Amino acid sequence: MTPPVTTISPAVLPADAAGLLATTRQQVLLEGRGLDERQVLAVLELADEALPELLALAHEVRMRWCGPEVEVEGIVSLKTGGCPEDCHFCSQSGKFESPVRSAWLDVPSLVEAAKATAATGATEFCIVAAVRGPDTRLMTQVREGVAAIRAAVDINVACSLGMLTQEQVDELVAMGVHRYNHNLETARSHFPNVVTTHSWDERLDTCRMVRAAGMELCCGAIIGVGESLAQRAELAAQLAALEPDEVPLNFLNPRPGTPFGDLPPVEPREALRTIAAFRLAMPRTILRYAGGREITLGDLADKGMLGGINAVIVGNYLTTLGQSPDVDLAMLDRLSMPIKSLQATL
Amino acid sequence: MTRNEDQVAGPHDGPSPYRAGAVQVAPVGYCDRCGEPAATGSHDRCAAARALEPPRYCPTCRRRLVVQVVPTGWTARCAEHGVTAS
Repeated sequence: MTPPVTTISPAVLPADAAGLLATTRQQVLLEGRGLDERQVLAVLELADEALPELLALAHEVRMRWCGPEVEVEGIVSLKTGGCPEDCHFCSQSGKFESPVRSAWLDVPSLVEAAKATAATGATEFCIVAAVRGPDTRLMTQVREGVAAIRAAVDINVACSLGMLTQEQVDELVAMGVHRYNHNLETARSHFPNVVTTHSWDERLDTCRMVRAAGMELCCGAIIGVGESLAQRAELAAQLAALEPDEVPLNFLNPRPGTPFGDLPPVEPREALRTIAAFRLAMPRTILRYAGGREITLGDLADKGMLGGINAVIVGNYLTTLGQSPDVDLAMLDRLSMPIKSLQATL
Repeated sequence: MTRNEDQVAGPHDGPSPYRAGAVQVAPVGYCDRCGEPAATGSHDRCAAARALEPPRYCPTCRRRLVVQVVPTGWTARCAEHGVTAS
């Protein structure tokens, strides 16, 4: 599944590419103003020859506006599978013939997962459930789990439980949940091709409630779900308008049995261009490597870290496996990128 | 294997990846990724994919497994053949 190693060599750029990068340098690096939708599209359409300079600029922007530290997070699935929604990329939907079966994680195992995550140096631990939104039973499990983790482990607790009511938002705040994840997934114009059981605007409503309640907002994307480059630029602009604290970038890992199971993974250079473009649209956000990066980038993960990324998920994902945390921690060490401390996240 | 069987699990029904007594399942009648007979066709792509995926089918009886992935490992439970773990 690992794509071949691709070398990326500098080249003499055509005038239009050089001009775009010069404008971007002035606007984003020096003035701190993210690219707009039209500008993001121009970046996404840059030729491969411009990729080394693009990545270098995105890295400069990250270093200037975010600093060298990398935020490390672990995630765990509290409730797996049997989801009533039909997100076409997701193996946990109960509407597809996916081999993923339902499972619940008990509270002691949840605490052990948080401890194992903290042992890597991670400062964030995200509890995820495959649901439309949490019911009473799930909220009870989350309440018990968050309390048990906070009593036993020095780590920030985040949650991703689908769409929320205002009452549920308030309850999560009261529990001490640090950050809430709810991805826009894809551009508003493309969303009906990806999900039919709820709307993009319903997702936006939850994101806005989370922000208004004072929780940090983690709101990201999945790249490679049939969107055009223009729609990818549209998504970057829509995310930027939300001003999320964190943007996790997932790349499609085609899952057997899902409607998108036969889509090809994103080509590595295209993925790197996307990372850089999202960094340039959102110079100050935490931009995290999330699911699918292993099959998409393979040995080029370093390039993304040097092209705008400043956060990683270590260890496994929800239903698939990641690299050993040791591999990612060694990468950060090799790149002289310190892990963000818990103090720095507060 | 019906979809209803997938949806009866409760909060404490899943295997605990930290406390389960792992039982190694004897190989191998079925591919543990695609569920097809192991002796039929090539499963090279399945084997490659399994580097980044837990098993999904019991290699002995082809039942779908109840899998729990955690940051540092996974467990997979077959109703007939017990639990395997990473």
